[in-house]
Amino acid sequence: MAHPMMATLERELILYRRLWQASVFSSFLLPLLFVLSIGVGVGNYITGGVDGVPYLNYVVPGVLVTTAFQIAIGESTYPVLGGFKWQRSYHAMRATPVQPVHMVGGHLLYLVFRAEVATVCFLIVVGLFGAIDSWWALATLPVVALVSVASAAPVTAFAASIENDSYFSLLFRFGLIPATLFSGVFFPVTQLPELFRPLAYLSPLWHGVVLSRAATLGELPPGETWLAMLGHVGYLVLWGVVGLALAVWRFGKRLQD
Amino acid sequence: MSDQSLIRARGLVKRFGDFTAVDGIDLDVARGEAFGFLGPNGAGKSSTMRMIGCVSTPTAGELSILGMDPVRDGTRIRARLGVCPQLDNLDPDLTVQENLTTYARYFGLSRAEGRRRAAELLEFVQLADRATSKVDPLSGGMKRRLTIARAMVNEPELVLLDEPTTGLDPQARHLLWERLFRLKQQGVTLVLTTHYMDEAEQLCDRLVVMDTGKIVAEGSPRSLIEQHSTREVVELRFGESALDGFRDKLTGIGERVDVLPDRILLYADDGDGAVAEVHNRQLAPSSVLVRRSTLEDVFLHLTGRTLVD
Repeated sequence: MAHPMMATLERELILYRRLWQASVFSSFLLPLLFVLSIGVGVGNYITGGVDGVPYLNYVVPGVLVTTAFQIAIGESTYPVLGGFKWQRSYHAMRATPVQPVHMVGGHLLYLVFRAEVATVCFLIVVGLFGAIDSWWALATLPVVALVSVASAAPVTAFAASIENDSYFSLLFRFGLIPATLFSGVFFPVTQLPELFRPLAYLSPLWHGVVLSRAATLGELPPGETWLAMLGHVGYLVLWGVVGLALAVWRFGKRLQD
Repeated sequence: MSDQSLIRARGLVKRFGDFTAVDGIDLDVARGEAFGFLGPNGAGKSSTMRMIGCVSTPTAGELSILGMDPVRDGTRIRARLGVCPQLDNLDPDLTVQENLTTYARYFGLSRAEGRRRAAELLEFVQLADRATSKVDPLSGGMKRRLTIARAMVNEPELVLLDEPTTGLDPQARHLLWERLFRLKQQGVTLVLTTHYMDEAEQLCDRLVVMDTGKIVAEGSPRSLIEQHSTREVVELRFGESALDGFRDKLTGIGERVDVLPDRILLYADDGDGAVAEVHNRQLAPSSVLVRRSTLEDVFLHLTGRTLVD
């Protein structure tokens, strides 16, 4: 007997098989363009790299996590709201033994799958550029899974709570874009004015970037310890667990009166 | 189980804040029955259906579905229900067949079993030739048939249909009624809501008439007509707007006179006799129609309002 969470994941995968071409740009080409323009283009002007790491190699792990972060958030906005308002697919599931926890779980598993596919493709390509320093890079696979869940779960809860999709543009403008720019992807957070640094530390993306960078460089970044690494993991787990609980609660609320 | 009600409600209430959608209703639906809720929009039909479908929690009263408590055993009950909602919620990006096979998986069926049932059901709802088509280009009637096929994928004991033919053209409605009639013959228990009296007459063995959250009458379509209306109804139209003045002039003809904004209804067992009497009184209606009484007349009599506004 198939688990209901696998059934909802299966639906997402069937849809993905049909629509994957549409995701090629954002999942594969866009990150590659970032790496080429900023990693290689801008990187040529940065002599000595960052903390002794060539700039390309510094940027690659950040872009990798950012890709997962953006897929996770993007796929948890309109598609989730649409499942309640437009296609009403969650209402269709609600008439079956599938419960809110299975709907949310299947959705998050699907985003992990998306993140892993993007990461594997990305690693192969940047590996050919010589931007990967260690087999530890494989540790980015669990890292992107963690970042996906940590960022998608709370956004899923948010999307399940609103009626109007205009809130999403606020989320993109004041959440997604600043997080992408200031979470240590392109330059160390220590470059930020002290006042703003805590904002970067709050973002799950920054913690993911630190973990991912440690993995592709194959060494602990300056100022980091193994214990601090565990702290980053724990912080992401916390976002994931709280977000998941909120999402399941909001789904239940919306589907039962 | 067989001699027990599939649905049993006592004093069932649903409130949304200050608004009472369902106001203390009693229900008993037996296995194999086709049971209908007839009433205008806002009568509380859909709220009742949602409680039966275990997606709405009763505010008060008792409700048991398939002998179980919908609050505690919602998941187990849903596993044995088929639901055809008022608003289509098919997956527009999946094919016709995939809509059924993915749904089958929600009930824990194997992929092979899902494909087998999908093929069988598409045959049943006459969509087999559209199996690989997307959902969007289908007509309204086809989509509704697909939704019904989807509701059957778990071989439910009880199928809930919320306004199954609203918005469909007459041909599509007849095709749908014919399919639903087949399901009924196969022994599936059907519970449906409708604001079309002809639909209720076509499909329902028994129905309740609902108005403002209450059940105002209950019985078979025929017995409701016998109890609450006359055998025939005469519809009179006059070429003027102020029809109220005719009420007195028509008093005494038939059993009852109802003046509507656009026409006057005379309830009489002998329609032709009533028409003759109208002409005897020197009244000259611009049009006269003698017809059989319908559930619409029953509803009008019970609530003073028409079903479809």
